Amino acid sequence: MKMKSLLSGVAALAFIATGVMAEDLTIVHGAIGRDQEVLRGQLDQFEADTGHTVTIVSMPESSTDQFGQYRLWLAAQSSDIDVYRLDVIWAPQLASHFIDMNPYVADIIGDFVPAAVESQTVNGKLVALPFFLGAPALYYRSDLLEKYGEQVPATWQDMTATAQRIMDAERAAGNDGMYGFVFQGAAYEGLTCNAQEWVNSFGGGRIVELDGSININNEKAAEALTLAASWVGGIAPEGVLNYKEEDARGVFQSGNSVFMRNWNYAYALSAGEDSPVRDIFAVTTLPSGGEGTTSAATLGGSSLGVSAYSEHQDAAVELVQFLTNYENQKERAIVTSRPPTLTAVYDDAEVAELQEFIPLWKPVVDNALPRPSAATLRKYNEVSAAFWTAVHNTMSGDGTAEENLAELEIDLTRLRGPRW
Amino acid sequence: MTDKALKSRLSRSRTRSAWLFLAPMLVTLFVVAAWPLGRTIWFSFTDASLDMISEARWVGFRNYLEYVDWGDGNGQYYGILVDARWWRSVINTIVFALASVSLETVFGLIIALVLNQKFRGRGFVRAAVLIPWAIPTIVSAKMWAWMLHDQFGIINDMLQSLGLITEPIAWTASPSTAMIAVLMVDVWKTTPFMALLILAGLQMVPQDIYEAAKLDGVPAHRVFRKVTLPLIMPAVLVAVVFRALDALRIFDIVYVLTPNTDATRTMSVFARENLFDYDKFAYGSAASTLLFLVIALITIAFIMITRMDLEGKRS
Repeated sequence: MKMKSLLSGVAALAFIATGVMAEDLTIVHGAIGRDQEVLRGQLDQFEADTGHTVTIVSMPESSTDQFGQYRLWLAAQSSDIDVYRLDVIWAPQLASHFIDMNPYVADIIGDFVPAAVESQTVNGKLVALPFFLGAPALYYRSDLLEKYGEQVPATWQDMTATAQRIMDAERAAGNDGMYGFVFQGAAYEGLTCNAQEWVNSFGGGRIVELDGSININNEKAAEALTLAASWVGGIAPEGVLNYKEEDARGVFQSGNSVFMRNWNYAYALSAGEDSPVRDIFAVTTLPSGGEGTTSAATLGGSSLGVSAYSEHQDAAVELVQFLTNYENQKERAIVTSRPPTLTAVYDDAEVAELQEFIPLWKPVVDNALPRPSAATLRKYNEVSAAFWTAVHNTMSGDGTAEENLAELEIDLTRLRGPRW
Repeated sequence: MTDKALKSRLSRSRTRSAWLFLAPMLVTLFVVAAWPLGRTIWFSFTDASLDMISEARWVGFRNYLEYVDWGDGNGQYYGILVDARWWRSVINTIVFALASVSLETVFGLIIALVLNQKFRGRGFVRAAVLIPWAIPTIVSAKMWAWMLHDQFGIINDMLQSLGLITEPIAWTASPSTAMIAVLMVDVWKTTPFMALLILAGLQMVPQDIYEAAKLDGVPAHRVFRKVTLPLIMPAVLVAVVFRALDALRIFDIVYVLTPNTDATRTMSVFARENLFDYDKFAYGSAASTLLFLVIALITIAFIMITRMDLEGKRS
C-alpha cells in the first residue's frame, strides 16, 4: 500500500516535472457485443501509461438513437465529451464539430485502409480516425447444411429455397422454434444497410448515385424487395420487422435460425465458449442477386473524432491514436472480430490463427459499398429514413415494392430539390 | 379617513401582496414555459437548423405551406400542412389518445370502486396498484419490449402454453398489432393514476347518502348511476383532461417499444425526428407548434363541452 502510494506520488511528480497534466477524458460510444469490455481494458492501459483518466459514456445500440443525442451535445457546443465514436456515415454531416486530425496523423495515415480514410475525409479535413470497419457476412449453420446435403448458397434465391427446405424439415422433426433467416428489419439505419445490399446485389443501383442522381425506382430493386418481403412470416419470423443486430444474433446464436445476416462482431460471440452454435456454424460472403450480379456488402464501422469543443484536445488526440494503434486494433480483431482499419493487421499471423475470419474479409472490406452519405450530405438521414420506410412498408405488406419505390422516388426528388 | 377609503387601501395592499407572492411562480412559469414556447413558435417561421440556430432568418409560413413553382409551369405545395406523414402521425396520436384514455377511465373507475370498499389490507393494495405508475416509462417500455418479444418474450410463451395461439405473435413489429401493444403498455402503466384520482373523488361522497339509499331499498346499479357517478363526475373529468394532455404528447413508449414506422409514429415522434435527426430544426419547430395548437384546441373544446368548473364557482 505504502509502496503503491509512493509510486503514484513519484509518477505525479514526474508528470508535473515534464509539464504533462493528468486530465479527465470522456469517450462516448454505442455498445454492441463485447465492444465496451474490450474498450475498458484498453482504457485501463492508457490510464496506466499516461496518468489521464477516461470515463466511458455508453449509448444505445441503435445508431439512429445515438445520432440524435450527439447532435444535441454538439449543437450546444458541450465540452462534456472529448472523444466521440462515430458511425462511418456521419462525417459529412458532423464535420464542423470535430477537429482536423490530419496534422496529428500525417505520418501514419498511409497505413490505414484507404476506403476507410476516404469515408472520413470531408473537403480535405480528416474528421475522425477510422476505429474499426464493419462488413456484413452471411452466417449459416454448417451442421444443418451438411445434414440435409445442401450447398452454401451463392444467390439470395438459393438462400431462400435452402432456408425454407431446412426450416420445414426441422419443424417436421419437432424443432418448432426453427427459422430460416434472420436479419435487421426494424425501421432504422440497420435496415438501410440490409436493404441496400439486397437492391445493389440485384443490380438495382445505390439509392442515390455518387453524382447525386436518384436511382432506386427500377425493376431490379423491386425484385429484390419483393423477395425480401416474402421472407417475413415465411423463412423469417414476423418479429424480424422489429429486430436490430442483437435480436437477430439472439435467435441465431440460440440455434434457432439456419441463416443470419449480421456484422462481423457477431462472429466472436457466436464462436464464444458459451455459445450453443459454437462449432456448428460458419460464415460466407452475402449472396448475389442471381446470374450476372455480384454480392454487395454495406460498408460499416466506426471512427473516433475529437470534439472541437473539448477542453483537452491534445490528450484526446493521444487517446484516439492509442486506441487505433496496431496492438489495440489487433486485440480488437481477435476478441471482437471487428475488422481492423490498419492494413497490416489483416496480415498478422496471430490474428489469422486466432480469428481466421479477419484475413478472409480483407477483400470484402476493400470492396464494401458505402451508403449514399457523401452524395446527400446533410440530408442523408432523411434519405435513409425515406428508404427504410419504403422497405419496411413493403415487408410489412403495406403496398407492393413497385408502389413503395415509385413513392420513394417522388419523396427523394422532393427532398433533393435543386440540389442535395 | 373614511371607512371606505380604508377598505380600498386594505384591499389594494392585499392585492399587492398577492401579486408579490405570485411573482416567483410567474417568473418561473415565464422562464420554463412561455419563453421556450415562444421561441419554438418563432423558430417555426425561420430557416433555423440545429448547427446554426443563432443565424436563423425569418421565412414566414414556408415551413407550414408554400407553393413552389418549378419554373416550367408546374409546381407543388410543400410544407407540413401537406405532409402526409404528419397527418398520419396526427391520426395515430388521436386514435391512441381516444383509445387509451377511454380504457384507462373505465378500468380506473372499476379499480377505484373496488379500492373504495372496506377490506383487510386495503392500504397495502392501494399502494401496490401504484407500482406500474411509479416505474419510469422508459424502464417499463423496455421491460414490456422484452416481455412482448416474439422469440424470447414471456407473453407469447404463456399464450402458447395455454393453447391460445399456435405461432408466436410479433406484437411490436407487425403494423397491425404495434398500436395495440403500445395501448396495452400505456393502459397498464397509467390506469393506477386514473384509479387514484377517481378514488379521491369517491372518498368525498358523503356516506349518509348511501345509508339513506340502502334504507329506501334502492338497487345498487341505480345508486351508482344516480348518486355516485354524478357526484364523482368532476373528479373523473379532471382526471380525463390530465390523461388526455399526456396522451396527446405520447412519445417514450412508442419510441422504445415499436419500430419507428407509419403505424405508430405520433406527433411528438415526428417532431423529434425533424428537430434532431433530419437537421430540419425549423420544420420540427413547426410540428411542435402545431402539436401545441392541437392539444390546446382539444383541451379548450373538452372543457367547454363538459362545462368544467375551473374557477370553483359552483362549490
